[in-house]
Amino acid sequence: MPMAQVPNWIPAAPELFIAVMIMALLMFGVFQKHQSAADEVRTAGYVSNLSVTVLALGILITIAFSGDRVEIFNNLFVTDPFAVFTKVLVLIGAGVTIIMAQSFLVRHKMARFEYPILILFAVLGMMMMISANNLMALYLGLELQSLSLYVIASFQRDDARSTEAGLKYFVLGALASGMLLYGMSLIYGFTGSTDFVQIAQSLSKDAADGPGLGIIFGIVFILAGLAFKVSAVPFHMWTPDVYEGAPTPVTAFFAIAPKIAALALFMRVMIGPFGGLVAEWQQIVVFISMASMLLGAFAALSQTNIKRLMAYSSIGHVGYALIGIAAGTEAGIQGVLIYLSIYLVMNLGTFACILCMRRGDQMVELISDLAGLGKTHKMLALAFTIFMFSMAGIPPLAGFIGKLYIFMAAINAELYALAIVGVLASVVSSVYYLRIVKIMYFDDVTDSLDRPVEKSIGWILTLSGLFVVVLTLIPGPIMDSAKIAAASLFAG
Amino acid sequence: MLSLLTFLPLVGVVMILAIARGNAADVARNSKYGALWTSVVTFLVSLVLWFQFDKSTAEFQFVAHLDWMPQFGISYHMGVDGISLLFVLLTTLLVPICILASWDSIKDRVKEFMVSFLILESFMIGMFCALDMFLFYIFFEAVLIPMFIIIGVWGGPRRVYAAFKMFLYTLLGSVLMLVAMLAMYFEAGTSDMIELMDYRFPIEMQPWLWLAFFASFAIKVPMWPVHTWLPDAHVEAPTAGSVILAGVLLKFGGYGFLRFSLPMFPDATVMFASLIFTLSIIAVIYTSLVALAQTDMKKLIAYSSIAHMGFVTAGTFALNVQGIEGAIYQMLSHGVVSAALFLIVGVVYDRIHSREIAVYGGLVKRMPAYSLVFMLFMLASVGLPGTGGFVGEVLVLVGLFQVNTWVAAFAATGVILGAAYMLYLYRRVIFGQLTKEALMKIQDLNAREWLIFAPLIIITLWMGIYPSSFLDFMHVSVQHLISQIDTALAASGQSLAGR
Repeated sequence: MPMAQVPNWIPAAPELFIAVMIMALLMFGVFQKHQSAADEVRTAGYVSNLSVTVLALGILITIAFSGDRVEIFNNLFVTDPFAVFTKVLVLIGAGVTIIMAQSFLVRHKMARFEYPILILFAVLGMMMMISANNLMALYLGLELQSLSLYVIASFQRDDARSTEAGLKYFVLGALASGMLLYGMSLIYGFTGSTDFVQIAQSLSKDAADGPGLGIIFGIVFILAGLAFKVSAVPFHMWTPDVYEGAPTPVTAFFAIAPKIAALALFMRVMIGPFGGLVAEWQQIVVFISMASMLLGAFAALSQTNIKRLMAYSSIGHVGYALIGIAAGTEAGIQGVLIYLSIYLVMNLGTFACILCMRRGDQMVELISDLAGLGKTHKMLALAFTIFMFSMAGIPPLAGFIGKLYIFMAAINAELYALAIVGVLASVVSSVYYLRIVKIMYFDDVTDSLDRPVEKSIGWILTLSGLFVVVLTLIPGPIMDSAKIAAASLFAG
Repeated sequence: MLSLLTFLPLVGVVMILAIARGNAADVARNSKYGALWTSVVTFLVSLVLWFQFDKSTAEFQFVAHLDWMPQFGISYHMGVDGISLLFVLLTTLLVPICILASWDSIKDRVKEFMVSFLILESFMIGMFCALDMFLFYIFFEAVLIPMFIIIGVWGGPRRVYAAFKMFLYTLLGSVLMLVAMLAMYFEAGTSDMIELMDYRFPIEMQPWLWLAFFASFAIKVPMWPVHTWLPDAHVEAPTAGSVILAGVLLKFGGYGFLRFSLPMFPDATVMFASLIFTLSIIAVIYTSLVALAQTDMKKLIAYSSIAHMGFVTAGTFALNVQGIEGAIYQMLSHGVVSAALFLIVGVVYDRIHSREIAVYGGLVKRMPAYSLVFMLFMLASVGLPGTGGFVGEVLVLVGLFQVNTWVAAFAATGVILGAAYMLYLYRRVIFGQLTKEALMKIQDLNAREWLIFAPLIIITLWMGIYPSSFLDFMHVSVQHLISQIDTALAASGQSLAGR
């Protein structure tokens, strides 16, 4: 009997590392003795610090083992520069949101060691999604991510809003997963494979007489499922409620890591197996992109809750990212990757600001609570202003560079209407970003927020603020790595 | 050289943030002096440009060229020619004056004000020097951030409305320009403005590009009917904000037409010239009439600015040497004169805290020096010979006459109307009986205010008496611009003379 061949595990090293560490941390948490609430808080602190370390090491491992495209585990799993780029973004996003959450959780008596572990599970799922090279692997990664997210959303168990958010997210998410699964089964039925490469080959074989109706149906269902995960219109309805209901650090996490991972998956699926059918799905993506940008811009105008506003803002941002995907070109994917990196940093900064909105140790969430911040917390207000102008895409801040490349790709792909709707939506959306600046600087102080700003949050604000300001001067590194990443997606 | 000039104010910002510490009074004083010295040094550095500029060539000078986004062929490219040089100088001249003007009138958050102003200066200089269109766009739009904050934080009672209106109007125009720039970039394969000026865009593409740029520049100029943001912004802005708005920001539009629309889309320019003429004449006549009916001094001057900018746009699209040089000259002299007029309003506003014309009257009895300065700039605004305003208007009218007599005739009525509303304003504020209680104790100009007005007076008279020292700078560049348009038109079987 021949020896079973040992599979090449090296390309999956980051995932394996994180998976092993999750088990270890879980054991560590469970076997700690908890005699009092203080013990529990201490354990949570340890686990959360260790999780951040794990994520940081995960980044190092991801970068260390990066290289050309490799497929392993019977082609279920793939790594390429594209996967490395997006995984690094996800890991950074998750790590920083764990740091931001620490003191919030302690203050709200939610400091339990399960929180960082759930986030690690979600991150593992996201990394699987990003590296999926097969519909089955895709689904496994997606579900691992989603199930962890549902639990995190309702982490504040004694709060009705949080539980409602979790339940809503779960029911709608399950529906979307169902649609995705249905689409996948159609694709499998009509191409005879779940492997991305084989699907692409089978589709290009009968390209002469166009794809069959079944394939188109399958793609539409898959698109619907993915659009739900990235919260693009018309599958966005859950977003405002979940963002508002979930505890604030959880909202920060939701707005960043899962969005990036889902968009990466979106790109992987649309460019990989369905890359030959750009003409078929392009108009759908153009539509959801336009609709997301417009809804994100107009619906946010009348919001009074800052978390709800950020939900609509993220819908709008997803619309912009989808422009790059709609272009279906290498330049478009590069644009999306640059956009996502900038989106990551802007959102980290903005949510760090939102986490500072406390009064008498209670979170306040109304935009009007920011009144007069420019007088009471000068640095915080300055940082918030920089992020808002950047989100609105005003040069010379980073947000502008992101939009510039997205629009460049759109014009290059001759999607003029999409580009024009995009820039007009960005004018409308600048109104509500400016409104926040207005409230901070032009309005009078009503009741000052708590001080001082915690040290860890101060550091996050400083670093992300500097990034947003300085990126325009030295855009080279991010652009180059995004270019390599985008090219690798097309090579496969 | 130009990079130094552009980023010098930012160095000042860092310096202010470093030295402005301690108690509130120290912070305010240190930041005021820090900003003043920075802007004065910037001005002195910019004088080097004036002396070292080679007037005999239309080439861009003091060029700096660095890689910026090499992957896309976008570079950091700066340089000035005869058209942009004087705008740079205008900017560096007005900023120290603005800082002096806000010396006492800004009491709240002084450090933040000075920092915003220096950032604004840096962006404005960068805008006039940029030779890569994406770089141009970044500076062009970045100006909105400090301006929004200056109006919104230190403005009058309706400042929020005015700040939003200004921001959104301008942003709306510029994003359309951005789309056009991207289309140009992919068509021509470069974002370098010097190369783009020589590139011939397909004739069916030009009108669309032209219109997108027009949307942006027409709002910035502002032209009728998209001018409504300007009176609001002027009325609500603090004095220094109004000065910089009228003095420099409005010139962005006129400069943009000269830099982009004319050389890059010559066919569309000829095609749309009559549209510009119509809008300009409406601007000149309509806004002059509106100005006559104003009861707020700042609003009146704001409307007069729109009328004067109508001359600029009409002159630009006359597409001959006199018209274009007149337009540039008009922009420069308007930059000085309207800035001075807003400062003049600021002087009495600081004392009485009202801009209503009806509040004043008979000021000549208490403030003779003030009345003299006011008269000088009032006449310069009207276009009296011997002041800068005259040269610009005459050149524009001469240029227009060669192209279209009717346009010139209508534009000339603007001069009369201008005299009407300015003299009417002057009579109501300065002459008449000094009956109002509040005015009895009003003080005449103090030393600081003399220091503000002295350079402006000298320059206005200099521009009126010996215009050659300014026209010489632009002459070669303007001729080069016209020959560029002419060659481009010849290629498509038209000519400037045959219109």
